[in-house]
Amino acid sequence: MMILILLAVSFVAAIILAFVGDRRFAHEINIIGSAVTFFAGLGLAVQVNMQGPMLAGGKFFFVDYFNVYLAVLTSLVSFTTAIFSRRYMRREREHGRVGHWGMRFYHAMFQLFIFAMLLALLTNNVGVLWIAMELATLSTVLLVSLYRTPTAIEAAWKYFILCGVGIALALFGTVLLYFAAERVLGEGGEALLWTNLNQVSGQLEPTVLRLAFVFLLVGYGTKVGLVPLHNWLPDAHSEGPTPISAVLSGLLLNIALYALVRFKVLVDGATGTHQAGYMMMGFGLLSILVASFSLLRQKDIKRIFAYSSIEHMGIATFAFGLGGPIATFGALMHMLVHSLTKSSIFFTVGHASQIHGTQEMDKIRGLIKGNPLVGWGLILGVMAIVGMPPFGVFVSEFLILTATIKDAPIFTPFLLIGLGVAFAGILRRAQQMVSGSVPPSHKSLKAANIPVILHMVLVLILGIYMPDFLNQWFHKAVELLK
Amino acid sequence: MSITLAAQINSILAALILLTAFGLLVQRRIYGLLHLFAWQGLFLSISTGIVGYVAGVNHLYISSVLTLGLKVIVLPYILHILIIRMQIRKEVDTVVNIPTTMLIGIALVIFSYHLTAPIIELSTLVTKSTLAVALATVMLGLLMMITRRNAVTQIIGFLSMENGLFFAATSATYGMPLVVELGVALDILIAAFIFGIFFFQIRTTFDSLDVNSMAKLKEEE
Repeated sequence: MMILILLAVSFVAAIILAFVGDRRFAHEINIIGSAVTFFAGLGLAVQVNMQGPMLAGGKFFFVDYFNVYLAVLTSLVSFTTAIFSRRYMRREREHGRVGHWGMRFYHAMFQLFIFAMLLALLTNNVGVLWIAMELATLSTVLLVSLYRTPTAIEAAWKYFILCGVGIALALFGTVLLYFAAERVLGEGGEALLWTNLNQVSGQLEPTVLRLAFVFLLVGYGTKVGLVPLHNWLPDAHSEGPTPISAVLSGLLLNIALYALVRFKVLVDGATGTHQAGYMMMGFGLLSILVASFSLLRQKDIKRIFAYSSIEHMGIATFAFGLGGPIATFGALMHMLVHSLTKSSIFFTVGHASQIHGTQEMDKIRGLIKGNPLVGWGLILGVMAIVGMPPFGVFVSEFLILTATIKDAPIFTPFLLIGLGVAFAGILRRAQQMVSGSVPPSHKSLKAANIPVILHMVLVLILGIYMPDFLNQWFHKAVELLK
Repeated sequence: MSITLAAQINSILAALILLTAFGLLVQRRIYGLLHLFAWQGLFLSISTGIVGYVAGVNHLYISSVLTLGLKVIVLPYILHILIIRMQIRKEVDTVVNIPTTMLIGIALVIFSYHLTAPIIELSTLVTKSTLAVALATVMLGLLMMITRRNAVTQIIGFLSMENGLFFAATSATYGMPLVVELGVALDILIAAFIFGIFFFQIRTTFDSLDVNSMAKLKEEE
């Protein structure tokens, strides 16, 4: 029941906003819709916390400790992003960057995107997961080109083509998986259910699954932004409206990684080896290194944080690949804190570029003096994202690093180099932007303060104290992913 | 219709699908590409129907009709309208010259056979031998997207990849469950509208559909 509300609200909101998305109150409808979705997500979490994992809707949906926290996270970040987008998009409209149709389109697609992500998380069917992932891509493609500038259209086209190809390969992987599953579970929809597949993973044909995983890794890996399949990501993040960058970076990448991790557990269960894990470790490590060195060369404020997202997704992918209780726990937590921190950073980045009328980092100066909330929000967010204590990212990265030193010591130096380079690269840039005096081109604005403060407080709390229920969820999720 | 006859007809259709995939690689004229794509969809639709009949799997008929409607009628029609509206007459440029593309294509087909060999051994279906062709079609579609620099041809390559995927689903497993096939078809339809909008956006912004003109976003920026 809760699941149905959770999904229905964003879908209905999308339809309503398709008609009234350009009115003055559309922003509020967007916020209310996301708020209801968030509370439904909380309700679902309480239910799972009390009753344990469950199936719903005739086995069509399922909730366990792995996807429930991601569902709450998704609904929370989309709620705060809706609050942020109210002030941000109003200003964009006043400046004439978006028209009537653009606003309608923006609001409807924002809600549809949330719907697609929640569907991907909660569905029990591997095929429907694919459909939802494709829907999430399609709903954001035209949002990336919302401003109709040549670079925005180029970025959107790249996003469309690369993710389209990636997801097509993932479908081939899904077909192969179905082929293997059908021989054990019989024909029809039953053979594509996660709950059934996990039960019989030992009987699935290893040769087929090994091949299937290659396609699935390339396919969903494109959406996670793993190097060398990451080309679309910095462009799409830098050219789209900032609320979209926040949800792409904070949520969509997580969902794709979620799919990948589920497949990894299944494939490793079938082959009885650790092959899928090794592949993920390789891609993860490559992403960390390439992304951290690439972000040194960036001049655009949104691009630098897009590369940082690739780096962090690399860390999480590496940790899931490594396996073991500590690394998996660290990776689960990393997905949570990265998502909260990165979306908060994008909120402040959005305002910063509105204040200065540019996304070029060299031209952004004196943020703390000009607008204390944006300035402090940015620098604290950056300190959190590079892994300084006492923020949550420090804890998760520390856990992952400890597990690496214990289980795969050869990779430790590479991991440290990546983290160190990213640390220096981002912090240096951020410091220049927040300090100094205010340039004359400065335009004052009312920033959306609630989302930034809320996210930073949550990240701080998670760095100091882990709530008991979350701790238990993670421990149970680790059991599931063993 | 006996099983062996059906298997033979299916093999011929598979050969024709592969042939059209190669045809798409060499064809320079944009209308020629469109016709070849429609033919490929038609062969796929007939093949799906025959497999459904022989194997007694009813939902394959729905899949066959979907393919016929979507890949043979709706999508080529949309593309046709777009081509007329945008007055694309220019011949399509390729990055790599055509004989080289053909050779790469042949290598990809051999690679597909190699890759699917262990799976084909496991299968008991009459259609099992066509799985390699399906994968080859996917790979050739991918090759086409890489070697062509025009937005419309890239899309045709993408759709041809999707054809290969549908063919893979029929030949490996007698089709995915119905809910999945319907969902995939819906996604393709949405994608069709999106690239339609895209063509106009690209056209009005860049004055051409050549994707080479979109090269502002570089790593070093």
